[in-house]
Amino acid sequence: MINITSFNQKGTYKQPNIFGYYGDFGGAYIPEMLHRNVEELKSRYLEIMYEPGFQQEFQALLKDYVGRPTPLFLAERLSKKYNTTIYLKREDLNHTGAHKINNAIGQVLLAQRLGKKRIIAETGAGQHGVATATVCALKGIECVVYMGEVDIERQAPNVARMKMLGAKVVPATSGSKTLKDATNEAIRAWINDPLETHYVIGSVVGPHPYPDMVARFQSVISEEVRWQLKEKTGSELPTHVIACVGGGSNAAGAFYHFLDDDNVQIIAVEAAGHGINSGMSAATTQLGKPGVLHGSKSLVMQTADGQVVEPHSISAGLDYPGIGPMHAHLYATGRGKFLSATDNESLAAAFQLTRLEGIIPALESAHALCALDQLKLSPRDVIVVCLSGRGDKDLSTYMKAMENVASQS
Amino acid sequence: MSLIKNLFQHKQHNILNVYCTAGYPHLNSTLEVMRALQNNGADIIELGMPYSDPLADGPTIQASNSVALHNGMTIEKMFEQLQDFRNTPAEQDAIRIPVLLMGYMNPILQYGFEKFCRQAAELPVDGLILPDLPEYEFETIYGDIIKRYGLDFVFLVTPETSEERVRKLDALSTGFLYAVSSSSITGSDKDFSAVESYLQRLQNMQLTNPILVGFGIKDKQTFQSACKYANGAIIGTAYIKALEDAEDVNIATKKFLGSILQ
Ligand SMILES: Cc1ncc(COP(=O)(O)O)c(C=O)c1O
Repeated sequence: MINITSFNQKGTYKQPNIFGYYGDFGGAYIPEMLHRNVEELKSRYLEIMYEPGFQQEFQALLKDYVGRPTPLFLAERLSKKYNTTIYLKREDLNHTGAHKINNAIGQVLLAQRLGKKRIIAETGAGQHGVATATVCALKGIECVVYMGEVDIERQAPNVARMKMLGAKVVPATSGSKTLKDATNEAIRAWINDPLETHYVIGSVVGPHPYPDMVARFQSVISEEVRWQLKEKTGSELPTHVIACVGGGSNAAGAFYHFLDDDNVQIIAVEAAGHGINSGMSAATTQLGKPGVLHGSKSLVMQTADGQVVEPHSISAGLDYPGIGPMHAHLYATGRGKFLSATDNESLAAAFQLTRLEGIIPALESAHALCALDQLKLSPRDVIVVCLSGRGDKDLSTYMKAMENVASQS
Repeated sequence: MSLIKNLFQHKQHNILNVYCTAGYPHLNSTLEVMRALQNNGADIIELGMPYSDPLADGPTIQASNSVALHNGMTIEKMFEQLQDFRNTPAEQDAIRIPVLLMGYMNPILQYGFEKFCRQAAELPVDGLILPDLPEYEFETIYGDIIKRYGLDFVFLVTPETSEERVRKLDALSTGFLYAVSSSSITGSDKDFSAVESYLQRLQNMQLTNPILVGFGIKDKQTFQSACKYANGAIIGTAYIKALEDAEDVNIATKKFLGSILQ
């Protein structure tokens, strides 16, 4: 299925070159203390991932444990509202409630084959932490999750789930106390125990080979969309694929098998927070400059002096000042169109989907839905929105929003 | 000849390299700290350029970075402070010992990598330690620029670095080779005795560069153990801690270095 020698000089939209570059973005900017681990991963990930035994176990778990394939749902009332055809890729129906588990299973199985005894992870919304803790419980492996102190507060139900699953949740107290800092802490923890530990990164960020590895594990999303769409419409190709981008893993998975189809528009939605120019935003392509964060060269939100700025989004999973190198390349080349949605627009989109389709989306996924208001859509379009997760974890935010609306009226 | 090379020609043992953070504890204490280090027996100064996300550093150095940034330290400001630091009007104030700049790639890329190297060389400082600049990028892009301006560049090796790779990084380094004592971030308290066999292994490899040991060197005992198998050692966290509540940088530095060297 995958041609390991297909790396070319500059990398492609889908795959980086052997040094981990998608165009000008990627690489492995890591201290020597991580060299051996990252090198081991780099030299073995493809071989392990495409071993028949691995694939068998991975596919079986995706089917029987996660519940894949996830449905591709024709959202009729939403389609009617926008006078077009909209399908929702229901990653929210995965076990643990988001796409994150696709990658968590893949990496934990891989870590076992590398002989690692312990798993660490970072988490923002807590979805990746829950997914990783879940797979570790399933496999009986020790799990430590780093989570920003601010996120621990706003995503309390997920913290409780991780603890119930037996994971240790370590608060990251430096910097903005959100996903960026949790990632720093996880990397530091990995430096301190490189031999026994595998670091399960939760998005298409980090040093090569993480972005490529995570994108491959998530690519099951678009693999399924292709045949599901063919069954439903007679064509494998939609006109648009829309996904939200924090680090960009659900987007990478949703875009992956469409990147070489030029007629499919690739739409990424970032979190604008209070507004792009409000100083309280997480829209990396709009506000970032090329830089190095968490081991790869990409677009990074930073001051003129190169200090990483503290982003803001109502959605913890999008509250990140960087973006995976694959997406930086899609942005730089124009292959992907990058939109953004504010906190309030996303809240409205979440309520709209809930009332029209009876689906409460994650706040992250609600950002993707906002693209429907911004694109010029025609009745002939066939649109796939990646509904990356469900909204249970965001209920307190949604309830607050309802109270605000009630008190204003 | 580079000041670092010159130093090692005259002194091969018990070299003491001390890390401090530019703009810490106060925005304008950078030179005062460097002078105190020179006056109290440091052989080399590793001047850290503060960064919001110092990946390889533990809580103490992270905190010093945050304080320095909060104080308003930037690369530009640091260069301003170091202007004429080798030729101050009062002769006893001039810094004569080797100085390396230590930092992370992102702020330097924003500043402009070549401009950074040019200005560093003009001061002059002697070399760079950039822990997140990997050898592949060094060989393909940045190494040429660093060399063009005559700066030394120091790579790190760890107990997990293979012999082949140690030799490669030694060949790419000039000045010295930085032997990280254990797989850890700065400021960790791992057992130092396990380090000895690793340092002996490095010593037996007959590398071209002198070796300085860093991470976990915090007192006279660990300094002396490191010096048994290497040309010297690098102290960071323990010194930053000594500055944390210091009323007087000079007194604190004198007391701290005294406890190591006497
Ligand atoms: C439901 C959901 N969607 C999206 C994201 C953002 O991550 P990514 O951009 O890697 O898909 C998260 C992260 O926590 C999430 O929980």
